[in-house]
Amino acid sequence: MSTAVAAVLLLAVIFYAVFGGADFGAGFWDLTAGGPERGRRPRGAIERSIGPVWEANHVWLIFIFVVLWTSFPEAYASITLTLFVPLTLAALGIVLRGASFAFRKVVATTPQRRVLGGAFAISSVLVPYSMGAIAGGIASGRVPAGGQAGDPVDSWINPTSVLGGVLAVAVAAYLSAIYLIWDVRRTRDTEMAGYFRRRAMAAAVAAAVVAAVGVLVLRADARYLFEGLASRALPLVILSAVCGAGALVLLVRDAARGARVLAVVAVGSIVCSWGVAQWPYLLPESLTVSGAASPSGTLAAVLIAVGLAAIIVLPGFVLLYVLDQRGLLPEEGVDDAGEAMADA
Amino acid sequence: MSAMLGGAVLVAAVDPVPWARAQMAFTLAFHIILVPLGVSWAFMTLIANYRALRYHDRDALVLAQRWSKYIAVTFAVGAVTGTVLSFEFGLLWPRFMGQWGEAFGVPFAFEGLFFFTEAIFIAIYIFGWRRLRPWTHFWTGVPVVLAGILGSVSVVAANAWMNAPSGFTLGSDGKVTEVDPVQVIFNDSMPLQAAHMVIAAYLVGGFLVASVYASGMLRGRRDRYHHLGFVIAFSVAAVATPIQMAVGDSLARWVYNNQPVKFAAIELVPQTSSDVPETLLGRLNEDGTVSGGIPIPGLASWLSDPSTGRSTVVQGLDTVPADQRPTIRQTNTVHLAWDVMVGLGTLLFLLSVWYGASWIFRRRMPASRWFLRAAACAGVLAVITMEAGWVVTEVGRQPWIVYNHMKVEDAATGNTGVWITFLAVVVLYTVVGITTILVLRGMSRRFRRTEELAEHEVPYGPSEPPAVPATADEEPVR
Repeated sequence: MSTAVAAVLLLAVIFYAVFGGADFGAGFWDLTAGGPERGRRPRGAIERSIGPVWEANHVWLIFIFVVLWTSFPEAYASITLTLFVPLTLAALGIVLRGASFAFRKVVATTPQRRVLGGAFAISSVLVPYSMGAIAGGIASGRVPAGGQAGDPVDSWINPTSVLGGVLAVAVAAYLSAIYLIWDVRRTRDTEMAGYFRRRAMAAAVAAAVVAAVGVLVLRADARYLFEGLASRALPLVILSAVCGAGALVLLVRDAARGARVLAVVAVGSIVCSWGVAQWPYLLPESLTVSGAASPSGTLAAVLIAVGLAAIIVLPGFVLLYVLDQRGLLPEEGVDDAGEAMADA
Repeated sequence: MSAMLGGAVLVAAVDPVPWARAQMAFTLAFHIILVPLGVSWAFMTLIANYRALRYHDRDALVLAQRWSKYIAVTFAVGAVTGTVLSFEFGLLWPRFMGQWGEAFGVPFAFEGLFFFTEAIFIAIYIFGWRRLRPWTHFWTGVPVVLAGILGSVSVVAANAWMNAPSGFTLGSDGKVTEVDPVQVIFNDSMPLQAAHMVIAAYLVGGFLVASVYASGMLRGRRDRYHHLGFVIAFSVAAVATPIQMAVGDSLARWVYNNQPVKFAAIELVPQTSSDVPETLLGRLNEDGTVSGGIPIPGLASWLSDPSTGRSTVVQGLDTVPADQRPTIRQTNTVHLAWDVMVGLGTLLFLLSVWYGASWIFRRRMPASRWFLRAAACAGVLAVITMEAGWVVTEVGRQPWIVYNHMKVEDAATGNTGVWITFLAVVVLYTVVGITTILVLRGMSRRFRRTEELAEHEVPYGPSEPPAVPATADEEPVR
């Protein structure tokens, strides 16, 4: 049963990376869009593409925490005690991001907007970096078992964490650029579509380079993970590489739609390969999944909640996603009361 | 320079417990204000939506549409502050989570489920105004209401478990070896506590929304739109208030029977005795005497168990060792918070009676400006009432984090940098709070300027062709 819960946990991490990552990535492009004049149009496109409701993407993160603390409480205590600093940075970053994003819309003058826009953009980069660094700390075996605190500094400032952080930022930027192509194309803005297409390609190359360098880093710094990636998780790594390459080819050929699917698979499978590579450990080489698991009653309750979510939430999620992708969702809904009345 | 550094290190290595406590209290106090809006505003929106569809009421339709846009903002802020709370469980209370996560955490698995449902259907409802058929669209709002209620029930179930821990077996090493999830969720304190919070959400949400329209009406905006906004919201609150008093009364009696020390702090009872007075205000002194305040003879005893009346014995604080009961300061805090909750709650009840009586006898809401003034204040008062009630249950449980099982000081992180995160959180949340109010006010102004009903404008931008983002805010009204 603990295996099933671990699979659910990994799935939630994948979803957070794919859906939440794109949200954060938009902040990266905002940050690098240049001065107020030059960056006006891309910033406008970014602003339109992420509405407040999408803060609800944090639901994946909450879900990850909930599964951790119910099903693997000791590991959760170890992680939060050891990785206090990057976790705090991520939490503050999430708040700062939401606040500054909203604030930017209500202030009028350009200097104010720049300050708040900067806060939004920087925190959008800070959060995925912290998350990646946390993943690196865990994956390289720097979090001890038994609800103990590990090294408060080395656990997140180390080669694997830097790799994780940079990779997370690159991947988020990549996903976001690919989604943004689609978004601006709906408004028939071909110039902006080209703008984000070039950036998606650059981010794809950057992510590939980071991943390639990462292989060397992991071999030196996270031996267990490296060996897992080279054996158990090898099919996933290959899948990710093939999809990543395929997405790049499609981007070059300007087939954004197919590129998007392949990009999501590439990112999803690389996150998945992390989980498979460190199996059977939750905290590599100190705590196994089965050793960390809660009593069966708790695990059953978690799995029931997940099952209910699949029945209740999934159809709604699919509906929402379909509506969104078909461009049937005007930003924030209504614009004319009379029209709805006429239908009634 | 080195002296300064030394000083900084000295300051930096402070005891994390009070800071962790302060941070948790602060972030929860903030989040709890957004909860009522998330839970009850969707319900009020659906009332307006129903009216709109059933009676072809255009004002009600505009109201429902605008409310749904406000909800998007408050929900987003609530999602962010709620995310922070899930960080804090681990960051501030790692030993609590490590020891009790498998039991305490269970309700959150279901809370996550309901939050998810709520998020998705809120999005569908907000986005679906034009794209779904009107009644289909109406029904997509219903899961939001249900998920809001069930979600808050789940969270309160976890809090109730801290008051009445059950559903687990401890091994010889003190670790949880078995968990009965049903018993964890449906613990003894859960039904009344959950009911108290859900009704509070409707009460506070109703008064809060109504107060905005009341102040609008005081400023002369006496159109049908404002009237409708007020009546829907205030009616919800006015129905919730008397129910809340009854539930609160039962809950107090539950505390009397199951958490006698908390009850002693509430009623300011130093020594066990019968014929205990209900002391309004007043304080407990270091020497264990009560001074100040207005004692109402025998009332606390009588309320604790009306069947035995004034002879009901109320257990005193001194029945447990000092390290197992709230400190003097905590006791005074609990008692004051209790007085505030009951006092303001009673005022809100009287206001509801005024409103109800006017409808029954005159078939309309009270016309008096004094009523509107009171109603305009009721929103803030209701929030204070709720916060006070939350202080009663949380501070009253001290020094325990898990009642009779684990103390707060044993649950906290050993990380000595918590004071920094506390300060950062206070600054950030202050900004977030101001932002939220400004955004909501900005939306309301924009809506008003657009007296005609077509509007794209919400803080996250219009869905029109690009190229004007920098000046979008000041864009003239269409």
